[in-house]
Amino acid sequence: MTTVRLSSRRLSSEILSEIEELSGQNLYACYQCGKCSAGCPLGFAADLLPHQIMRLLQLGMTKEVFASQAPWLCVACMTCATRCPKGVDVAKVMEAIRTIQLREGRGALQVFLPPAELVAEVPQLATVSAFRKLSL
Amino acid sequence: MRLAYYPGCTLASKAKAFDQTARWVAQKLDIELVELPEWQCCGGLVPQVTDAVMGLLAPIRILADAQTISDKLMTLCSFCYNTLKRANLVIQQDAERRQKVVDFLRETRAPKVFDENFQYDGSVSVVHLLEVLRDDIGFDNVRQKVVRPLTGVRVAPYYGCLLLRPPKEIGLDDPEEPTVMEQLLEALGCEVVDFPRKVECCGSFMIVNRPEIAAQCSATILKSASQIGAQLLVTTCPLCQFNLDWQQMRMLESNGEITPVPVLYFTQLMALAMGAEPFVLGFEHHLVDPRPAVMELGL
Repeated sequence: MTTVRLSSRRLSSEILSEIEELSGQNLYACYQCGKCSAGCPLGFAADLLPHQIMRLLQLGMTKEVFASQAPWLCVACMTCATRCPKGVDVAKVMEAIRTIQLREGRGALQVFLPPAELVAEVPQLATVSAFRKLSL
Repeated sequence: MRLAYYPGCTLASKAKAFDQTARWVAQKLDIELVELPEWQCCGGLVPQVTDAVMGLLAPIRILADAQTISDKLMTLCSFCYNTLKRANLVIQQDAERRQKVVDFLRETRAPKVFDENFQYDGSVSVVHLLEVLRDDIGFDNVRQKVVRPLTGVRVAPYYGCLLLRPPKEIGLDDPEEPTVMEQLLEALGCEVVDFPRKVECCGSFMIVNRPEIAAQCSATILKSASQIGAQLLVTTCPLCQFNLDWQQMRMLESNGEITPVPVLYFTQLMALAMGAEPFVLGFEHHLVDPRPAVMELGL
């Protein structure tokens, strides 16, 4: 008879602890109800939905998470954080994922040239906020 | 009542109409707004990670400057309000970061090079004008100042994100079913439209990074407002105003998907109802001009 030893040791890693510490959230509190993804206003444009990011983190699949564009589309509208029945602030988890990458010099804001008429009109708080969230 | 006032960078330039109508309304309601003598940008958004310090310096410098004027700092822009209020909470709750911020500001705070008496413990409360109207002035008093009731005007309140969320840290109103703007609009005589997308995100700062994505968020909100027959949208945020205004202009130019729903700041509508002269209202700054709609409504 084969003995299968179940262990969560493989799932704990320095990077997951860092995400938990930076976000102040317990990643394993998520029970995958999908409420965050249902309300995410940027979900339609993202390669992964918020609950999928949470699940990948729970499984220790940080490589896939760091390859995703989803955290870079999150504008911290905090709809997910408001509606999570388990009180997980997914917006803070997204911010932790961005922060770790930014501190390693990855994923910084790609400055592009928007149409001139947009640049002339857009309120400066949009530019300030974009740099705050998407660069160091 | 006397309040310290922080306009924020956008209200001093792109959203001047918001600032000037708010000052006009405040004067009518006997609210003395004392603008901070030297202020800078609040940073736009507060850093949400638990070890961030640098992003707290700008908002805490503003709050520390306010404490010499009043124990309440009023602001109007949803971004500033959210940033100041949440940075203040960090200072109240996290002793280690409070010490770092205070130590830094003590040594660098202009105009003094070193101010050993400098202290800030989070004691200034950050308030939004909507809160002041609801909790201190009262909507009945607002109603009494209305000389041009907006009777029959179908107005959809649009709250967006940062005025309400995260509710545990902001607590201005219910995050899903807020009523503060509805109460104000009723006091102005408007017919308040029950707007299903009132707490949805307009796409926010993604407008400068991925404009086509932000445009889709705004388009959804605009189509909904148009479908339910709103004649005006009312907001508290210069970025919501811009995103909805900008996208609406493009939609009106390119297809017949929506009817015009000009996007006003709540203070513009207040000033209109309270009898302000046209030059105060700043309608000329809008991309989708509210003047034809306002004239058609007989205002």
